[in-house]
Amino acid sequence: MTALRYYIDLIEVLTLKEIKVRYKNNIFGYFWSILHPLSLALVFYFAFKFIMKFQIENFAYFLICGLFPWQWFSNSVLAGSTSLLANATLIKKVNFPKFFIPLATVLNDAFHFLASLPVILFFGFLFNKFHFLVLFSFLPLQLLAQFIITYGLVLFLAPINLFFRDLERLIQIGLTILFYLTPIIYDVSFIPPNLKVFFYLNPLFGLIENWRLIFIEGSFNWFYFELSLLEGILIFFFGFKVFKKLSPRFAEVL
Amino acid sequence: MKNTVISFERVTKSYLSYEYILSGFKSFLLNFPRSLKHTRKKFTVLKDITFSIYEGEFFGIIGKNGVGKSTLLALMAGVLKPDEGKIEVKKKVYMLLELGAGFHPDLTGRENIILNGVLLGMTKKEVLKKMDEIVAFAELENFIDQPVRTYSSGMLARLGFSVVAHLEPEILLIDEVLAVGDVQFQKKCLKKILEFREKGVTIVFVSHNVKDVSELCDRAIWLHNNQIQAIGPAHEVVSAYLRFLENSSFSQ
Repeated sequence: MTALRYYIDLIEVLTLKEIKVRYKNNIFGYFWSILHPLSLALVFYFAFKFIMKFQIENFAYFLICGLFPWQWFSNSVLAGSTSLLANATLIKKVNFPKFFIPLATVLNDAFHFLASLPVILFFGFLFNKFHFLVLFSFLPLQLLAQFIITYGLVLFLAPINLFFRDLERLIQIGLTILFYLTPIIYDVSFIPPNLKVFFYLNPLFGLIENWRLIFIEGSFNWFYFELSLLEGILIFFFGFKVFKKLSPRFAEVL
Repeated sequence: MKNTVISFERVTKSYLSYEYILSGFKSFLLNFPRSLKHTRKKFTVLKDITFSIYEGEFFGIIGKNGVGKSTLLALMAGVLKPDEGKIEVKKKVYMLLELGAGFHPDLTGRENIILNGVLLGMTKKEVLKKMDEIVAFAELENFIDQPVRTYSSGMLARLGFSVVAHLEPEILLIDEVLAVGDVQFQKKCLKKILEFREKGVTIVFVSHNVKDVSELCDRAIWLHNNQIQAIGPAHEVVSAYLRFLENSSFSQ
């Protein structure tokens, strides 16, 4: 019982540390971090609406609904995979479960995503796409699926990045590729039907599509959800195994 | 017969050679067959080490640079795992952090106390209960709500020591940390450590200052060539070590 209490405290202080450091205890920190996805949305809006002449309804809102969840994922993966390096002194000096270090970075970005929900809702309100009931019934499921996918991937990448320090660059390239392979700036209907099955292999495919269905259509696709959750669980178990196998060696390479 | 609190039984610890890996995939792949072979090569730090530390003992570790003193401490703290052999630690063990190294510069002193206290094994409630004591001991009442990046290195050391001093450790591992802060604070730290000894806390102490070891410690261990060269009453081990150092400097 006290052990559980202790672990909860540990997760709390580590996550609060990340949050406080990001916001530097000031409200402008919050604006800076919603500015990034919003400015991305603006750029894509101009590029694809006016230059490429995409025909997607409410395209600005469409972009926002995909970019905000993407930010949670990509920020977590980038920060999470370097989190062990960033906490080198702790790993070398204190014996505690190392799983909590990348967990704190993922939870930090999860917190940030939740904090930016009002911004998405505000735009939903502007575009007259407001599905409160659907959002609140499916939000926990979506949060769970995205958490498992993200944390699983970070558990896999963080220890490898500790040994092969140039992995970080590859992760950045990988994230860019993944961004364009996920229907964030384009609609699922744009994908050629004979290629669609390959897109199913991407756990973010169903996840992002469901975020958009929830925010825009007020619906939810169970097949997509099950698909992304299942893939997430596979990634999680694999990442967990790798992390556990390598964690006794962490202190040696820092 | 005193109770054993830490026991090492035929412990061997070696490190893999990570150079090729740590410089990244690129260099690992470019040097491929050689890099893999090189990585498999082991570098032994401690070989077949057996000894025990008893409850309430003040125990010193001495030896030249790179003989594995810090590795030995890290094994006691559970941060490193041995390749072979068995290590038993029967009580709650704390390693005195390189003072202040675990702090985050952007957080305030108070926030860092909570962070550090919980990381070292207290619950948040326990840390909060001791907050005032910790701040008072560190003599930082006027600065405690400032970010610690504004602190001097002496202030950081005081805060770091103060957190550990209030953990109520059963075993305390100290790695070369008493050489920081001003003389007055060093004395205060030493006093606190001696108080711990009075209370029966087991203390393991690594230092290059052999004088400290022979004055403070009950027993000591001298590590040489990956092995235990001598173990016994601290002053005997220290004088044997000093004789050895003299002889080796003559022979050069």
